[in-house]
Amino acid sequence: MADTIAHPPPHEEEADLHVRHHFATAEQQMDASTLGMWTFLITEVLFFGGMFAAYAVYRQMYPGAFASTSQFMNVKIGAANTAVLICSSLTMAMAVRAAQLSKRGDLIKYLIGTLIFGSAFLVVKAFEYHEKYVEHLIPGPYFNPEHLAPQFLHNAQILFFLYFCLTGMHAVHMIVGVGLLTYLLIQAYRNVFSANFFAPVEMIGLYWHFVDIVWIFLFPLLYLIGRWHW
Amino acid sequence: MATLQTTPPEVKSEPVNYLNVEHGWKSWLFTTDHKRIAMLYVFSITLMFLIGGSFAMLIRLHLTKPEGLFAPETYNRLFTMHGVVMVFFFLVPSIPATIGNFLLPIMIGAKDLAFPRVNLLSWYLYIFGAVFAIYVVARGGVDTGWTFYAPYSTTYSNSYVLSAALGVFVAGFSSILTGLNFIVTVHKMRAPGMSWMRMPLFIWAHYATGLIQILGTPVVAIALVLVGVERVMHVGIFDPRIGGDPILFQHIFWFYSHPAVYIMILPGMGVISEVIACFSRKRPFGYEFIAASSMGIAILGFLVWGHHMFVTGQSVYTGIVFSFLSFFVAVPSAVKVFNWTATMYKGSVTFESPMLYAFAFIGLFTIGGLTGLFLSTMATDVALHGTYFVVAHFHFVMVGGMVVAFLAGLHFWWPKMTGRMYSEAWSKFAALLIFVGFNLTFLPQFVLGYLGMPRRYAAYPPEFQVLNVLSTAGASILGVSLIIPVVYLTWAWKYGPKVGNNPWGAKGLEWEIQSPPTTFNFDETPTVTEEAYNYGGALEEHQVG
Amino acid sequence: MSANSHVHIPKVGTLVAVWAALIVFTFITAEVATINLGEWNIVVAMLIACTKATLVAWIFMGVRFTSQLTKLFCVAGLVFLSILLLITFSDYSSRSWTHHAQPWATNKALGTSK
Repeated sequence: MADTIAHPPPHEEEADLHVRHHFATAEQQMDASTLGMWTFLITEVLFFGGMFAAYAVYRQMYPGAFASTSQFMNVKIGAANTAVLICSSLTMAMAVRAAQLSKRGDLIKYLIGTLIFGSAFLVVKAFEYHEKYVEHLIPGPYFNPEHLAPQFLHNAQILFFLYFCLTGMHAVHMIVGVGLLTYLLIQAYRNVFSANFFAPVEMIGLYWHFVDIVWIFLFPLLYLIGRWHW
Repeated sequence: MATLQTTPPEVKSEPVNYLNVEHGWKSWLFTTDHKRIAMLYVFSITLMFLIGGSFAMLIRLHLTKPEGLFAPETYNRLFTMHGVVMVFFFLVPSIPATIGNFLLPIMIGAKDLAFPRVNLLSWYLYIFGAVFAIYVVARGGVDTGWTFYAPYSTTYSNSYVLSAALGVFVAGFSSILTGLNFIVTVHKMRAPGMSWMRMPLFIWAHYATGLIQILGTPVVAIALVLVGVERVMHVGIFDPRIGGDPILFQHIFWFYSHPAVYIMILPGMGVISEVIACFSRKRPFGYEFIAASSMGIAILGFLVWGHHMFVTGQSVYTGIVFSFLSFFVAVPSAVKVFNWTATMYKGSVTFESPMLYAFAFIGLFTIGGLTGLFLSTMATDVALHGTYFVVAHFHFVMVGGMVVAFLAGLHFWWPKMTGRMYSEAWSKFAALLIFVGFNLTFLPQFVLGYLGMPRRYAAYPPEFQVLNVLSTAGASILGVSLIIPVVYLTWAWKYGPKVGNNPWGAKGLEWEIQSPPTTFNFDETPTVTEEAYNYGGALEEHQVG
Repeated sequence: MSANSHVHIPKVGTLVAVWAALIVFTFITAEVATINLGEWNIVVAMLIACTKATLVAWIFMGVRFTSQLTKLFCVAGLVFLSILLLITFSDYSSRSWTHHAQPWATNKALGTSK
């Protein structure tokens, strides 16, 4: 059967408790919130897009240098981190579903799951950054990767600069996401959410999925460039 | 002409409105009322305008002498800070954050914007960014030009590039959130019966502006982040030493900064549509075309950024495409000018000060727009790029266009926002003085540019001195004349005669509620049953006092 | 009208299926990258990434059940991103077409590698 369409629960007036004064109905508020979050995500598309444009230009300019950087990327860790984020998206979607069904216990469980996956991602990222530091892969005067062909020494720094900017900006968004999830968890614990009012869960869920989508593109673009060679 | 009556002196306590409903600094700093936030912006933006204007005066003083008054390094900082403050902290927020914030919900019959707390956050972000900017000013300024071109900004400049970039970055998010708020409000909060084609043109203009704000600003934010990171790490993707391309910075920068000029002008065009309709007592000619042209400008504006880069080493073929599209983007603006003129034809035109500003706008914006065509023609741009011709062009559209429109809007809606009327004699005098001062300042600069005087140079050949002195004389007049409205508008707010709902006899939901409005604008959400600008044939009587 | 009179609640099966597909695609993209397809490596990688992103947006983010307006907004964001990417790219691609281009303005001279 097709996906469930929820029927209004018996206590409809509960919905109105959360409707702010300038909105006529709860539906209008929900519509506005949804459109607002999507509009914000569009700004994020353009925000990351600027860096993607820089990446595209330089990869086309220096394909050899970019490909040579693959040897310094740990594909297994990158792929594992990608899987971790995909799992976090699943738990987030399950959390939204739980809120829509007024299942407080499940909601809390899935929010915690999302938090765990998100935090795991960040911990792994920190480990990776440390590795890069130790291996002299940070662009600048101390950039000195082992076994890098000398003709790529300059241009490879461009890739690493973009690597740190892109993953760093992504990590900042993850950290904000973790903060938002913590807020949701506290509110869920206080039984604020139900089938009548779950907008914050859904909106933060949209944000979380978007951050996952950014990583879905970052993984192949940063980790897999010249993998067939190395 | 409108006749106004002052209220009788023995009037009892005035009706509750958004200004007197609460007192104290907390009621202002923690407000979520879009009208109070608008007034907070009015104060802050005026302050930043005065700071930016002071830099302008210093620039013009410096340029009275061929060898200049200040050291070249100082001059670089003066024109940079003038640009940064004026562009990011005055022009971009100006009308949307003030008049837009105040009127947009009212004009569509809403009680507030969709996200009032985000609106307040926008203001705090603006203040935060402005504090950074003022900090940079206090520490001696930035010298890269408001355009922050790499590699100077990333590698060689000794100035406060990082702080300035941070300030602009934060102010950019203020702009994004304002645009987001406007877009969602227009989509979701229109009163019953307020269809898209019944909305005032002011709303169309702000909707189009919001689109540009959300699509363009994030890209300049990234440009600034990349510059900032490169400054901190001492190497980056714009650095030729590792194979970086400074032109790439310009692509990312101008992808926003060209549409940004449409952020700056579209709201002004919205104001002009409203003012001309009211003081011609006529529905704007070609309403649908004016609305469509706002959307057209917003979209086409994203396709022309390379016309700032014709002489940088950008591909000639890409330049050809940008040049053609830049001609094309002039068309919707021209459509507006023709429609405004046609609105006045066979209308009952009167010459209150908002209308004087509207006339000035049409003339000055047209000159500014036409001179833009010389710049979008690649062949002539080779000669004119980087000269005072460009400076004159953008001041004609930004000051002769946008600032004039801002003044038109302030004068038109001040009675609504404050419940008081200002002195018509002073406002007419100031308008005339501004017009004279403006033209004397910037017309000579077209000639200077044509003759080859470069911009952003601290010294110039002696044969250009006469024109420069003329320009400075004009700037002095302009500077003084711009202070005058600040004085009488502020005075009128406290001491001016009170007005009723509709001192101008205009059409629009904002004129049907009291002046100043109550906190929630409407006692009951109105139902809209007629088209916008339903002026009918004859002059109508309007409510007074 | 209450807030949830037309809420579409996804089935658990659907969500898990999408999750599984995403994991599989991640594996595929990592493995395909080990094969030398020349220029096609990036094309394949991006196609897979776009597919994954579409799955996340369509199912997890609920785009399939949102209004026309929201779908339009999504598309619009992508359109303007494409404008940025395509036109900027066209500058770099077409610089070498001009016979008179200065060496410093074309790709080859900028870097020390190719």
